[in-house]
Amino acid sequence: MERNVFVSRRRIDGFDVSPSDSAEAHVLAVDDSLVDRKFIEKLLKISSFKVTAVDSGRRALQFLGLDEETSSSVGFDGLKVDLIITDYCMPGMTGYELLKKIKESSNFREIPVVIMSSENVIARIDRCLEEGAEDFFVKPVKLSDVKRLKDYMMREVRFGSTNSGGTNKRKLQESCDLTSSEPSISSLSSSSSDSPSRSPISPSSAPSSIPTPLDSPVRRLKMTNAGGLI
Amino acid sequence: MDGVVQLQKQLVDYIASLFHEGFLDEQFNQLQQLQDESNPDFVVEVVSLFFEDSERLLNELAKALEQKTIDFRKVDAHVHQFKGSSSSIGAHRVQKVCIAFRNYCEEQNVEGCLKCLQQVKHEYSLVRNKLETLFQLEKQIIAAGGSLPAT
Repeated sequence: MERNVFVSRRRIDGFDVSPSDSAEAHVLAVDDSLVDRKFIEKLLKISSFKVTAVDSGRRALQFLGLDEETSSSVGFDGLKVDLIITDYCMPGMTGYELLKKIKESSNFREIPVVIMSSENVIARIDRCLEEGAEDFFVKPVKLSDVKRLKDYMMREVRFGSTNSGGTNKRKLQESCDLTSSEPSISSLSSSSSDSPSRSPISPSSAPSSIPTPLDSPVRRLKMTNAGGLI
Repeated sequence: MDGVVQLQKQLVDYIASLFHEGFLDEQFNQLQQLQDESNPDFVVEVVSLFFEDSERLLNELAKALEQKTIDFRKVDAHVHQFKGSSSSIGAHRVQKVCIAFRNYCEEQNVEGCLKCLQQVKHEYSLVRNKLETLFQLEKQIIAAGGSLPAT
């Protein structure tokens, strides 16, 4: 698995981050709960993402340089965010409101956004998807959920092999996906032949993975648009 | 090394009993599985955050329920947070009380809420003691040169 040989940490306005010029994708995690922030940060790091965790929608917008009040559009060059994962229920600005702000921004609307919530409410899920969220995770979030985030990544990242398979969606091919202890087939994350040990699932079909009752209901919805095509 | 083996067995049995009695659920296993050499204190750290957070929430709840006119939305917001954090670490019984607590908030039932506050305080202190005992056991094993049993 690829590792950064050299990582330096910079402090920028209180955000402690490492440079994004490495191969690891950078996730911005937003959650007002201290415990959940620590937890999601760990899940992300274990899945080889770089993480910046903030405690509010407002802070997230500041980090992106979108906050109207600080009126800085230059913001954080070189700290590209490849995905945003946010809690839904937060005081001040909800995850839904944050999602909307991001999708309304010409600079940032391409960043995939995933919503998390402890409440499994279909209307809520639908609303988020309609607003452009990629997925909706029911809390507590599982490692298998986080591993799926690679499917939504913006940046193309090479892990020693180029992305073949002709998908339009830029993906991270991560060899550790194949060695995970998850017994279920990772349905969407592999389009090329990098997965000899699993039954290859072509992106053009609409596979259903083996859902468990605990799976986010969005998973089934997303299956029909699946295969990494966007 | 006999002492270590004893301790390890004690730990395994203890954890099993916590699951059996419903103090902890599968989510706690998830936490343990995330712990590795690069972050060997992960579980203790997260649980410590949970303790801090919980004390704060319990204080807020007590205050909110002491008011002459109770703001049930505020109470509910705190319980919602408590439910979330207890669920994230697998504190199953605490989480269950929070669910009942939220129902009473919805009904604006003061007595029910007060009852639940007592219950949640009680369950929280129980699980806190259990977890502290668990961490103590782990410390003893490590101090005796042993390693923690795999989860």
